[in-house]
Amino acid sequence: MSGATHTPAAAQTTTFGNAGALRIVMMVVILGLLLAAPFFLYPIFVMKLLCFALFAAAFNLLLGYTGFLSFGHATFFGGASYFTAYTVKEWGVSPEIGILIGVVGAAALGLVMGLIAIRRQGIYFAMITLALSQMFFFYCVQSGWTKGEDGIQSVPRGHLFGLIDLSNTTNMYYFVLAVFLIGVAIIYRFVNSPFGMILKSIRENEQRTVSLGYAVDRYKLGAFVMSAALAGLAGGLKSLVFGFATLTDVTWQMSGEVILMTLLGGIGTMIGPVVGAGIIVTLQNELATSDFPVTIITGLVFMACVLLFRRGLVGEFYASRLGRKLGFRPEQ
Amino acid sequence: MTTIFGYPLVVWMGQLLLGLINGSFYAMLSLGLAVIFGLLRVINFAHGAMYMLGAFVALLMATYLGLNYWVALFVAPLVVALGGAIVERTMLSRLYKLDHLYGLLFTFGLALLIEGTFRYLFGASGQPYPVPAALSGGVNLGFMFLPIYRGWVIIASLIACLAVWLLIEKTKLGSYLRASTENPVLVQSFGVNVPLLLTLTYALGAGLAGLAGVLAAPIYQVSPLMGTNIIIIVFAVVVVGGMGSILGAIITGYMLGIAEGLTKVIYPEASNIVIFVIMAIVLILRPAGLFGKDA
Repeated sequence: MSGATHTPAAAQTTTFGNAGALRIVMMVVILGLLLAAPFFLYPIFVMKLLCFALFAAAFNLLLGYTGFLSFGHATFFGGASYFTAYTVKEWGVSPEIGILIGVVGAAALGLVMGLIAIRRQGIYFAMITLALSQMFFFYCVQSGWTKGEDGIQSVPRGHLFGLIDLSNTTNMYYFVLAVFLIGVAIIYRFVNSPFGMILKSIRENEQRTVSLGYAVDRYKLGAFVMSAALAGLAGGLKSLVFGFATLTDVTWQMSGEVILMTLLGGIGTMIGPVVGAGIIVTLQNELATSDFPVTIITGLVFMACVLLFRRGLVGEFYASRLGRKLGFRPEQ
Repeated sequence: MTTIFGYPLVVWMGQLLLGLINGSFYAMLSLGLAVIFGLLRVINFAHGAMYMLGAFVALLMATYLGLNYWVALFVAPLVVALGGAIVERTMLSRLYKLDHLYGLLFTFGLALLIEGTFRYLFGASGQPYPVPAALSGGVNLGFMFLPIYRGWVIIASLIACLAVWLLIEKTKLGSYLRASTENPVLVQSFGVNVPLLLTLTYALGAGLAGLAGVLAAPIYQVSPLMGTNIIIIVFAVVVVGGMGSILGAIITGYMLGIAEGLTKVIYPEASNIVIFVIMAIVLILRPAGLFGKDA
């Protein structure tokens, strides 16, 4: 999804000065808020928010930095939540191993889907990932181990490394926060690595990258698998937080939701998806008790984002006069 | 009793018929998607919602205005087409100069909005729509029993597809359409109103989806969710066929409908996913699709 706002690669180096300092201050404030959150907010809600924020950040890794719109990321999120829930409940593995299995499973699913889908680009890529993800959905409906419509229920949280009791909500919260921070750190490192730079150059000009001697298909596949694995990390974590894995997480609506979170927050920004996830999860929480369908709001927000602010909230702020004055550049 | 691969002929024929009916809907919907994509370069995610709208307009006309099926068959597609034209004029047309993915995202939002609204107003459960009296009952073909309405659906969809194909390939308006697909700027410089053509095209695709919805109403239940279930399959159909050719979209639609029906005989569990499996195989062997020109 390349817009007209791309800055040349040379300008992508880290900004120091106002924006840099501001960013560090912001990060410290956010981290402080997250550490203190369970004392003044409902912890389960914040944990859900963190899971979806990680999911959206993983999705943005693909859309924002390689320009591939996947309509099938629910497969990795929901698939991993099934893998984690099943292994923790049925095999009795410890939570960290369960999550690891979820991540590996999601990466494997990503490899298969990626190998098929990267043969086409743009709109076709979106439709193919959607179709393959629907296929996985039907598989989950019919296969025995996922328990069909019921899903895998009452999954124990277990003891982290066999020591820390995660059924304690405070312990669980800080575990989720730690995993979230690790996930975001991996994404940050990945995006700013030489690998990430090559991905950006593929997004900007694929032919030229090929002529420079890069095997672009391998890089695309690598990004796809990486994004799938991190989405799996979020999914596995979520199944432990709630203690169940159900069909909801593998539906196409879930794939749509993560697109919306990323689009609303700002495609290609580091904190955009986190902001978007925060807004959408809060909105769902507010509307959960009323019988007003969330999809009406979601649909309207989607249309408004596409028509009015395609950079997303964070992206528009970076591009605004105030944002520029503070030293931000759009698309960072 | 005649059997093929150990299954009675009656079973094969029954599923073949079901497959043909599903295929009729796939063909009409993928045709509309292909026509819209050809000119507007937009994948219309709201196509399923428009199909649902067609069925709902027919149902509401029958419930509140007492209008029968035959009136609905003409009016409902027009209503949906008009709605499509308004959406295209006021909103979608602003997105043409952007990346095509924005068109997909916009219509995705539109689909959510329409479906959410209908679910809010009418609930998620399906409502029956009566088969028109003239088409009720069935005939015994000797090897199977054919409900007349199902036969009618197959014939009506064939006529609709053929009519659209003729419109695009054989008329002057169609030649403008095809020319605009190749080079819209040049066509505009010849004095053809291309923006109007785009609106008409979107309305045509929407109307076709609405018509499919009316035809589907007596067979399936009229429900707000009927569109999303079918649109993802139609996307797979479109990927298999490739969007290069109108005829390709029609043929692929019927073919995959039949493939789905026949799978129900041999291995019912796989009937939900057979189209997606075919899509994956086609992508591996021939990434441009069976009838696709672009790679």
